[in-house]
Amino acid sequence: MDLNYSDEEQAFRAEVRAFLAENLPAEVSDKVRRGISLGKEGHEKWHATLNARGWLAYNWPREFGGAEWNAVQRHIFEEECAAAYAPRIVPFGLSMLAPVLQKFGSKAQQDHYLPRILSGEDWWCQGYSEPGAGSDLASLKTRAVRDGDHYVVNGQKTWTTLGQYANWIFCLVRTDPEAKQQEGISFLLIDMNSPGITVRPIVLLDGTPEVNEVFFDDVRVPVENLVGEENKGWTYAKYLLTHERTNIAGVGFSQAGLDAVKRIARIETANGRPLVENPHFAARLAQVEIDLMAMATTNMRIISQAASGQAPGVESSMLKVKGTIIRQEINDLTRRAVGPYAMPFASEAVEGDNAPIGPEYAGPVAAHYFNNRKLSIFGGSNEIQRGIIAKVKMGG
Amino acid sequence: MDFNLTEERQMLQDTLRRYLADRYTTSVRNAILDSDSGMSADIWAGLAELGVIGALFSEDDGGFGGAGFDIATVFEELGRAGVVEPMLDTAILGGRLIATLGDEAQRGLLEEIIGGAAHLALAHGEPASRYDLTRVETTARADGEEILLNGRKAVVVNAEAAGHLIVSARESGGMFDLDGISLFLVPAGTPGLAQHGYPMLAGGRAAEVTLDNVRLPQSARLGTAGAGLAPLMDAIAAANVALAAECVGAMQSAVELTRGYLMTRKQFGRPIGTFQALQHRFADMLIELEQARSAVINAAGHLDSADRDRQIAAARNLIARVGRLVAEEAIQMHGGIAMTQEYELAHIAKRIVMADHRFGDADYHLERFIALSAA
Repeated sequence: MDLNYSDEEQAFRAEVRAFLAENLPAEVSDKVRRGISLGKEGHEKWHATLNARGWLAYNWPREFGGAEWNAVQRHIFEEECAAAYAPRIVPFGLSMLAPVLQKFGSKAQQDHYLPRILSGEDWWCQGYSEPGAGSDLASLKTRAVRDGDHYVVNGQKTWTTLGQYANWIFCLVRTDPEAKQQEGISFLLIDMNSPGITVRPIVLLDGTPEVNEVFFDDVRVPVENLVGEENKGWTYAKYLLTHERTNIAGVGFSQAGLDAVKRIARIETANGRPLVENPHFAARLAQVEIDLMAMATTNMRIISQAASGQAPGVESSMLKVKGTIIRQEINDLTRRAVGPYAMPFASEAVEGDNAPIGPEYAGPVAAHYFNNRKLSIFGGSNEIQRGIIAKVKMGG
Repeated sequence: MDFNLTEERQMLQDTLRRYLADRYTTSVRNAILDSDSGMSADIWAGLAELGVIGALFSEDDGGFGGAGFDIATVFEELGRAGVVEPMLDTAILGGRLIATLGDEAQRGLLEEIIGGAAHLALAHGEPASRYDLTRVETTARADGEEILLNGRKAVVVNAEAAGHLIVSARESGGMFDLDGISLFLVPAGTPGLAQHGYPMLAGGRAAEVTLDNVRLPQSARLGTAGAGLAPLMDAIAAANVALAAECVGAMQSAVELTRGYLMTRKQFGRPIGTFQALQHRFADMLIELEQARSAVINAAGHLDSADRDRQIAAARNLIARVGRLVAEEAIQMHGGIAMTQEYELAHIAKRIVMADHRFGDADYHLERFIALSAA
């Protein structure tokens, strides 16, 4: 048992920190810290910066141009990035699709798509959920019917995050309606510029157009865009969902959030004293910090197992549940820390030329509180995760 | 004991519920939320015509109600329908201060308010005051026969629509002194009065207000010099009853929407409401909602009693806790659909949670309760 990072790991952390200090523009970290959207270009710029250093595809094997970091290195990188308010890496191409292509894609698909993900030429989005298929994803209905050298796709996907920026979408589609639910699904790559695709933005409760509905009306997709085998898509989808989970606990985000709320609570006053000294507030702050300290260690315990070759299974479900509870609690604390100045609607929807209302840190905190309710809903809701934990641990 | 509404209040509830169900539909409300003014003049006129504003004033003040249970009845319905119109600001905060403190001329405004022709806003909170009602740094000083106001007021709800702002300012004493706070009725457009308006997350509009040598005649004074805190606390006590009742109405809606969703949304081949994991959580929402309803009854029933402040602190603490639970659980059990702006629950949840930020959150009211219980 050793709670310390090794010398190599510490040297790696120093290297990451130095890189961020040198390459992360203050205007970008300032936007991230204040919760202002970077837009497509902002994300692409940051991806390009990381790619130039060879760190964009840090979870990819070297043979595909990745850094092939182990789980501890990834964790250190993610922690440092969160602490420095670096933009999050948009995951759809890099850590969702790419591992699937690397494991199940054809050589031609790997050679064509992977470099374009690295270069930023393609922006991918995810076509999984449907209006009738959320937690029960396998009940999806979007149909793909073979017609010569094409599939003809009809149906609807929803909650497509940043689909408005995407030129490609990877989709789960039903190719065999007669088979058992999980066995009739295929994994298709679809050009978003294909005739018959309509994207409709969904405005979220904090006013941001973050997700979309994507409609498919007789969309013709070349058969070479099928990944792996027909009707084996569910296997690939599960692989995608379980593959990239080292950051699922969001320890770095929570740590950065906790630092931010402490900073705010030292500035805000209640009864003429700093809020951080208020016993009720301090107690709640302390409680979430205690929870986070333990979860950081739980996270490292699981990650170090993964680093030594054991794949995290049910543990990632545990980290997802606890991690999102902690992040949401920090969002709630932050909302309440700013007092009446949480009320102005200062999301980017109305920002722009407007001067900030109240202290500059107050603007987005209530919007974040509401937006991050999604954390316990998406990626397999916390109810689904609890179901997995119980099922596995009770041997069901 | 009798927990039934009086016949008059039952009628008020029925009428208001029917009116809002017919007129304040989701699409109407979404259009209001998107509008520049953040409220609907038609709805406001409709509410006035129904006597909803009058129900919040006593007969002496030109209304036909004004008691705690009148406030609770009206605001529960407003909350149920997710109404964003500034009833709290114009009728409760502004209206009660004018009714209590106004001289003959100032009380002339009451008829306009009850008739729906005038709006008011209370400009009391300041950038650093948080929920502390005594912290007033805005100053009022005599300049010959006139009074000069200087200072800043934060998140003044309904400031832009208001024909008059009720501005608190310190005429004597230190920053936190209980004495020395005076109130002034400042007409919109008075030179030196500047507003920077903006929409709020849960609907409606507010403004940052700057007072730069705002020059007022003595006739603008509302009540006695230096004795503004007690009437302010009276008005804010009524506002707290209103906010608590509004939250209960909104929670009722959240629970009803959740019930409907649990019964109709199918996943894994059956309605998700058949999963026991969700059934128990839904049951907890109902249990807590009844607790919240009782807390409002306690607070409303004590609005004119010596135990008023402790009862109100209790209600708002409990409702802040229950409100967060109900809002978050309702969203969670709905899943993604509740994250969308156009779905009714999103707005209802925002109304519930953002009520925390007016006149104190759970921690503030817990501290108040402890202090008042020890007293």
